[in-house]
Amino acid sequence: MSSKRYLNLSRRQVIRGMLATTAFGLTAKLGTGCSPASNGAAAGGGADGLTIGFIYVGPKDDFGWNQAHAEGAAAMSGAFSSVKLIEEASVPETTAVVESMRGMIDIDGANVLFPTSFGYYDPHVLSLAEEYPDVQFFHAGGLYQEGVHPNNVGSYNGYIDEAQYVSGIVAAMTANAGRLGFVAAKPIPSVLRNINSFMLGARSVRPEATTQVVFTGDWAEPIKEAEAVNSMADQGIEVVTCHVDSPKIVMETAERRGIMCTGYHADQLSLAPNGYLTGAEWDWSSFYTKLVTDISEGKSLMDGSIPHMLRGGLREQFCKMSAYGAAVSDEAKAAADAAIAQFMDGSMVIYDGEIKDNNGGVAVAPSESLKQQDVKLEQMNYLVEGVIGSIGS
Amino acid sequence: MATEALGWWGVPLAIAAGTMRGGTPFLFVSLGECLTEKSGKINLGLEGTLLMGAMSAYGVSYLTGSPWFGVLAAGLSGAVLGAIHGWLSQQPRVNDVAVGIAMIIFGSGLAFFLGKPFIQPSATQLPTINLASSGMAPAVQAALQISPLFLLGLAIAPLMQWFFRSTRWGLFIRAVGDSPEAARAMGVSIFKVRMLSIMAGSFLAGIGGAALSLYYPGVWTERISSGQGLMAVALVIFARWNPMACLWASLLFGGAQSLGPALQSVGIREGYYLFNAAPYILTLFIMVVTCSPRRSLVGAPGALGTDSQGRA
Repeated sequence: MSSKRYLNLSRRQVIRGMLATTAFGLTAKLGTGCSPASNGAAAGGGADGLTIGFIYVGPKDDFGWNQAHAEGAAAMSGAFSSVKLIEEASVPETTAVVESMRGMIDIDGANVLFPTSFGYYDPHVLSLAEEYPDVQFFHAGGLYQEGVHPNNVGSYNGYIDEAQYVSGIVAAMTANAGRLGFVAAKPIPSVLRNINSFMLGARSVRPEATTQVVFTGDWAEPIKEAEAVNSMADQGIEVVTCHVDSPKIVMETAERRGIMCTGYHADQLSLAPNGYLTGAEWDWSSFYTKLVTDISEGKSLMDGSIPHMLRGGLREQFCKMSAYGAAVSDEAKAAADAAIAQFMDGSMVIYDGEIKDNNGGVAVAPSESLKQQDVKLEQMNYLVEGVIGSIGS
Repeated sequence: MATEALGWWGVPLAIAAGTMRGGTPFLFVSLGECLTEKSGKINLGLEGTLLMGAMSAYGVSYLTGSPWFGVLAAGLSGAVLGAIHGWLSQQPRVNDVAVGIAMIIFGSGLAFFLGKPFIQPSATQLPTINLASSGMAPAVQAALQISPLFLLGLAIAPLMQWFFRSTRWGLFIRAVGDSPEAARAMGVSIFKVRMLSIMAGSFLAGIGGAALSLYYPGVWTERISSGQGLMAVALVIFARWNPMACLWASLLFGGAQSLGPALQSVGIREGYYLFNAAPYILTLFIMVVTCSPRRSLVGAPGALGTDSQGRA
């Protein structure tokens, strides 16, 4: 009984089979390896044969960052019948994303890629962009450096901190004691900018307001996010907001604890019907549709007809506000609407000196007035006065 | 200030609440793993079982509107995964650790695949038992909302201890785990005992998943387990395969999880990455302290991890 043979294959047959499989694999790999050049040549032609790949770091319906992008991608692909949309969700910020992108280019013939997570950029997008100079990479973030990074890489990002500023106004005018909380993933510039703008918005209507920050350490930490909201509720924080991949847990936990919240990424009113005040939402649909219109007209990053840095805020429709919740007073609505109007006519400057950091130093000098496009803001490494927390580890 | 702030008292409160909130999944998974390992097999696949349990609980609760059906579905889906592991890992020359790793990938992959439609909707959550009186501070009231699943786990731990020590069935499991040859001489089917132990253990781990998705944090996302299934396996080792020790260890780990956020919210500004790593540092520390090159671990089932297949 010990020499049971399961499949009745001789050793010779097994070896032959393995050789055949390997040989087939090699030819298949080589065959597809040739395709990007031909696809790249065709890319200049127009919308025909345009294959666009989207890569998300989490699931596409997470009430958050990924959902906002996926909705934008779906709206874009609905607007162009000739564009082929390929998507891959839950791709970690490791070499896994290189394989995903390589697969999209080699196998699906993608000519435009949108890797939508911050950590994809360096080194993954950069290394692949050098390898495939005909493919255009649009990275969601603010990391592009002129002259240093490959010519076929562009970065786009919305000044969603404008919407956070408005959220801060609403939060500070609704909270009795002006104590706000912020659940943040990592102390990187784009997160710090949201925290600071939220705080500056709050202090613009209520100078004694404070914002308690809790960093969870990563983009999706469900239990730590829930613990953070619970701890802040214990400490008497009245309104929480967040910058994590999926705000669902933060909003639901806040609602359960009976405190108020302002949303992020997408509309979360349905998660917290009582406590939801307003929220900062992305508006990627109009941006993606506009960008793909340009690409299908033959414009590209490489010949400079599409700028490498694409930016915009409330006015350029990169982001928008959620509708006001039931708890928001008319007074708060009026203050928020006034701020929105200033953003719309371009007269609002959030980082207008002097602004102190929370260690007593000067973050923005009195003579400075940093407009949203200022690169100094993309390298933010401080928390403004009133924020309780630290960016050191 | 209009609202009552707890200040430093928030830290012990958060840890105490965290032990009950965050410790529940650890408790179920470690009890399940304890039962499995007592019979002489390791099931690393409980990480996948946890995810599958969380997904099925959330999905069923959402579709039927009854969270208790969800808990049952979580247990059953766990038992099915356990049956696969139990059968595979008992084939000749099959290594149970390798099968376990395959089961992690299978369980989590299946859960992600089937769970796609449930990420967005909100499912009915399990009711909580409120132990606080209305006069207490709201923070204390929130901390004292206890899940019935936690109480269930609290009851299962001593019950399992008694089961191993004082019942005939418990003796069979211990015999199969310690000395399969002796068990076979007694006329006990090694295959059946291990199969049932693994299935029952996976049933418990599935319920642990239900605690994640229906109680705390109470959502279904793909990151919900964040390695808790694997940590619970390590937890069984330093709990010395003792169900009551599993209980204390689970509470400790649950509490350690809430340390980082709680300290930040009272204004401890430095070292939050260190505090977030607290459970892992704790694991390492306990492993280092309890390991010795001179003796094997007390309480380890004799046949654990060996390929002691009784030829039936």
